[in-house]
Amino acid sequence: MERTVLDLWVGLFVAAGIAALLVLALKVGNASTTFNVGETYHVIGEFDNIGGLKVRAPVKSSGVVVGRVDKIQFDNERFRARVVMNIDKRYQFPRDTSASILTSGLLGEQYIGLEAGGDSENLKDGGRFKLTQSAVVLEKLIGQFLYNKAAEGDGKK
Amino acid sequence: MLDRVSAPLQRLGRQVVNAIWRLGYASRFFLFVLLRSGTGFRRFQLIIKEIYFTGVLSLIIIIVSGLFVGMVLALQGYETLQKYGSSEAVGTLVALSLVRELGPVVAALLFASRAGSAMTAEIGLMKATEQISAMEMMAVDPIARVIGPRFWGGLISMPLLAAMFSAVGVFGGYLIAVVLIGVDEGAFWSQMQNAVDFRDDIVNGIIKSVVFGVAVTAIALFEGYDAPPTAEGVSHATTRTVVTSSLAILGLDFVLTAFMFRGA
Repeated sequence: MERTVLDLWVGLFVAAGIAALLVLALKVGNASTTFNVGETYHVIGEFDNIGGLKVRAPVKSSGVVVGRVDKIQFDNERFRARVVMNIDKRYQFPRDTSASILTSGLLGEQYIGLEAGGDSENLKDGGRFKLTQSAVVLEKLIGQFLYNKAAEGDGKK
Repeated sequence: MLDRVSAPLQRLGRQVVNAIWRLGYASRFFLFVLLRSGTGFRRFQLIIKEIYFTGVLSLIIIIVSGLFVGMVLALQGYETLQKYGSSEAVGTLVALSLVRELGPVVAALLFASRAGSAMTAEIGLMKATEQISAMEMMAVDPIARVIGPRFWGGLISMPLLAAMFSAVGVFGGYLIAVVLIGVDEGAFWSQMQNAVDFRDDIVNGIIKSVVFGVAVTAIALFEGYDAPPTAEGVSHATTRTVVTSSLAILGLDFVLTAFMFRGA
């Protein structure tokens, strides 16, 4: 088998194809962050209402991504949503850290925001957030607002 | 009287039976290609030649179309997104539509008309000029020698072409959105990277293009192999290749999309 000019072209073609895949994976997609997770630990949060939270949604603290949502389950004993989060080992949080479900922007995706507490001990693997705040359901908020307004109107009469 | 009713019915029945017959023959052909073309890897030079023919020579049309599709997506997307004040999301729009749908599908359609039709015509003509029978006479298996390398060549080329189409398309979108219109470059890339998932979007796009590659090459090769050995037969077969494989691509795309992106 001898090397031919054809081989050169095919080699270039395959190299260009693989380069395109790499560009897609690294520049267009999030493979660079997907693979670069490193060691994580699990933390569980229980919420009354998770709204539109999805698996793999970011977990942020002060706006920095520190982990991702791993599993969303329904706890049939307490009738609450159970969200398991994977948090990067580099970031340790005090035991009384609170977790709330927030929305990025008015119509953006939902994520979990962590607010560190003051406890001297840190959360362990499999730990549980004591304080959680559910997602804001816009309909409820609007309903409450209207109700309050109506009540105010009644008071003035 | 009875004749007038029964003749069309008979014709219809014959057509249906014929179609099923052909389907069975095509399935057996496909199985044979899979079973017997493994030996083709020992003569890798043949596959290289086919990759050159189906892949390298399709590059120009793929790159140019990808560039234009990306640019058009960016222009149209910007028009609409700008009304909602989220023109930075144009990168997400371009990248997701290309990686999930347009890259694999349009590249496969181009591949079918550029390389698939040529494959059918070539094999049909080889059959018409009795080169295939001659090979059989010399105890050379035409499926291993002629069909197999083309099948694997097409199968290898297709995902690479689709990936290049998407990558060039994203670059085209970048040219229009960032360079021409002036969308913020950082937001363009970071929103895109946030929205495009490696496993769910890019790998699924590659799976799609592999499936399309199998479908297009199998259809093209079968149509060529099954073509009546006349000038007319080969021309019909070439047309059928383009029509059938385009329909197969679109149909398969729907099925695959339904499986992959069930609104998760």
